[in-house]
Amino acid sequence: MEKHINVKLHVWRQKNAADPGRFQDMEANGVSTEMSFLEMLDVVNEGLIHKGEEPIVVDHDCREGICGACNLVINGRPHGPKERTTTCQLHMRSFKDGDDITIEPVRADAFPVIKDLMVDRSAFDRIIAAGGFISIPTGSACDANALPVRKQNADLAMDAAQCIGCGACVAACPNASAMLFVAAKVSHLALLPQGQPERYTRARSMVQQMDAEGFGNCTNHGECEAACPKGITLENIARMNRDYIKASFLYREETGGGGS
Amino acid sequence: MELKSNCPTGPIADQWDKYRFDMKLVNPTNKRKYKIIIVGSGLAGAAAAASLAELGYDVHCFCYQDSPRRAHSIAAQGGINASKNYHNDGDSTFRLFYDTVKGGDFRAREANVYRLAQVSMNIIDQCVGQGVPFAREYGGLLDNRSFGGAQVSRTFYARGQTGQQLLLGAYQSLERQIGLGAVKMYTRHEMQEVIVVDGVAKGIVTRDMVTGKIESHVADAVVLGTGGYGNVFYLATYAKGCNTTAIWRAYQKGAAFANPCYTQIHPTCIPVTGDHQSKLTLMSESLRNDGRIWVPLNKGDKRAPGDIPEKERDYYLERKYPSYGNLAPRDIASRAAKQVCDEGRGVGDTGLGVYLDFTDATKRLGLGKIQEKYGNLFEMYERITGEDPYKVPMRIYPASHYTMGGLWVDYNLMTTIPGLFCMGEANFSDHGANRLGASALMQGLADGYFVLPATISGYLVGIKPGTRITTDHPAAKAAEEAARSRNNRILAVNGSETPTELHRALGKIMWEHCGMGRTEASLKKALQEIPALKQRFWENVKVPGSGADVNQSLELAGRVADFIELGELMCLDALERRESCGGHFREEWQTPDGEALRDDENFCHVAGWEYTGDGNAPIRHKEELQFENVHLATRSYK
Repeated sequence: MEKHINVKLHVWRQKNAADPGRFQDMEANGVSTEMSFLEMLDVVNEGLIHKGEEPIVVDHDCREGICGACNLVINGRPHGPKERTTTCQLHMRSFKDGDDITIEPVRADAFPVIKDLMVDRSAFDRIIAAGGFISIPTGSACDANALPVRKQNADLAMDAAQCIGCGACVAACPNASAMLFVAAKVSHLALLPQGQPERYTRARSMVQQMDAEGFGNCTNHGECEAACPKGITLENIARMNRDYIKASFLYREETGGGGS
Repeated sequence: MELKSNCPTGPIADQWDKYRFDMKLVNPTNKRKYKIIIVGSGLAGAAAAASLAELGYDVHCFCYQDSPRRAHSIAAQGGINASKNYHNDGDSTFRLFYDTVKGGDFRAREANVYRLAQVSMNIIDQCVGQGVPFAREYGGLLDNRSFGGAQVSRTFYARGQTGQQLLLGAYQSLERQIGLGAVKMYTRHEMQEVIVVDGVAKGIVTRDMVTGKIESHVADAVVLGTGGYGNVFYLATYAKGCNTTAIWRAYQKGAAFANPCYTQIHPTCIPVTGDHQSKLTLMSESLRNDGRIWVPLNKGDKRAPGDIPEKERDYYLERKYPSYGNLAPRDIASRAAKQVCDEGRGVGDTGLGVYLDFTDATKRLGLGKIQEKYGNLFEMYERITGEDPYKVPMRIYPASHYTMGGLWVDYNLMTTIPGLFCMGEANFSDHGANRLGASALMQGLADGYFVLPATISGYLVGIKPGTRITTDHPAAKAAEEAARSRNNRILAVNGSETPTELHRALGKIMWEHCGMGRTEASLKKALQEIPALKQRFWENVKVPGSGADVNQSLELAGRVADFIELGELMCLDALERRESCGGHFREEWQTPDGEALRDDENFCHVAGWEYTGDGNAPIRHKEELQFENVHLATRSYK
């Protein structure tokens, strides 16, 4: 049932990367519990615009939990209090009348703040570019059913492939580690026969890029798994670590000649 | 302006092969000398950027999001069609072609649709090769399901996240090329102008959404894969950022805009709850495979769904369309839902909803199977509505979901501006007046992986390498100035209405007067209200801040200004198309039992609109459609 509640917001405002930033307190009154969290912020922003003030900058796009653009840290938890729910799908029925709500950007060296709650997550793209793919130029594939895949492996690969790249894992980790994100892609491709030829070079290249971007290491807190809106499990990190260790034994410099 | 389709001749099954053979190729060592700009990084954009870079071209790709992985293709749920006939149920390239032409209510171009059906098979192969984790059976082979408007199982899927997995496949291929230095990627960049020199597209102007910098980028060819314009209705299943600016600017620079009135209203979305609503969420059409749609038989029956006995329920799709039942095409299912709600039989607080009920399917298949097939969709529904669909039937209502209209393109996917190409939902070509389920992903990837990379070489061979303009060309400078002054003009108004309020006002006009049902009177009313809204926008919009850093209000205001102008063209197109076809339902043209009544004698054509300047009436051009392989007939799903 729809109710209306009043909440007190403490929102991080920061002009740009160089600005030290600060919290701004504001009230959101008469908020419908049917609203999503971002719709509540829309209403607050409309009020700011009418007052001639700059609205709060937030990354968001699909608003249906799949694009991964939104990633607010709400009361200290990435994406807020509801498990397996992105910020855009969090609804105000998860809050009570009179609640204090603190809203912050993800805080990690590898994700510098651009403005207010918007951060730069391009490090994730560079990690994928370093090896998060199967090298198969357009047109070179064989028939789709030529390579059967054990159903269980296909399902596990799909579990890992559901990662939306939002960065909640980084936000939740005390070390700001990106291991869950990287492991999800390493696992997705390592579980499929198509991913085997590049399996170990992939794990090695992606981990190297992750380190170069300044993410911390994994110390088995498990916070990432708890925060992940898509339920990506720690098991993926174990699989990546196995592949990474194996990769460091298997690694050989490339032998010049190739096929030419 | 002439709308020349450049379709090949001869037997339809051989056309694409012959066309590709006859086309001139670019010498491999020359490819790197050609610079191609791709705007958009969804299925079409990412696929094309990766494929063209693999071929050796110098590719520059732009998106407004913070990463190419976030393009809204990612939200497609249900699946992608391919005529593999893996299930031995009678599918074939010709049947997929036939179903798509018929599903589009005979308003698509045969040659394009046949090509689409042909390459559908290569798409599945490519995606599986990339590691897209499609659903599989226990034997390890690919699973399929049936989808609206088809009687065969030809839809490949990855749970309820097929679009996500296909997009990530394309994104990973794109990132591979970025890592190799073959693609330069520009994220958080919005295209604001096309640079046209002597009638030929030579580049674009973008705004860096972080620094506010307005900048020219020049190229030998420009490709738009910027998606659809369904946010013209304000409430839609699109991402908030989806906009028409790129194709609208192209239209204003001389690209014909085809069939803008063809919009798809998807039957299964979560209903609106209040004025704060910012978007609508789709529930995959695949749910209609097992869910049964119904409303109470009697008007105003407010009992809980479980308390309404079988005989007092109206499973109206099964009743009206016994052979397709709940799988009737989208336009038909949407109109039927509107009809029962208009009769006062809608459910939920607002009365704008119908039930989608899994009780029978759960009895038949067991809870486990339902969870496996639809679990994530059920979870999503519960997250948004706070209701558990395993216990209470879902409530759904139609919402703006896809636009079949878009920039007019020929068989090469080239617009009426030479050198400017358009792919995916942004063009008009393959779906006619209604798109069948699981066909959008197919078209986006067909255009991006296979069609454009082939056809663009036919254009580039006509250009001498190294003759590109530079960014100090007067045309580039003029386009930059146009973009800059437009942003400054918006910032200078300082009125009292926010861009969102004006957008909502536009949406209301469009949904009421140019939505699921349209009449001459409603469209004429809209054509009076929209120019007034446009004036209101330019006199009263309020955008705080400056253009020199992140300014999301400025971004939105620019998009809304374009949506208002597009809305006017949509209504004009809907007014001029005096027939009903697919998603375009003119209430004056219907059969006695309420089905769309086409007028093939007068409207078996594509309408391509030519811009003639601000405030001037655009000119309507025609491309006549010939149906040589599929017999023009009244669609029947009964």
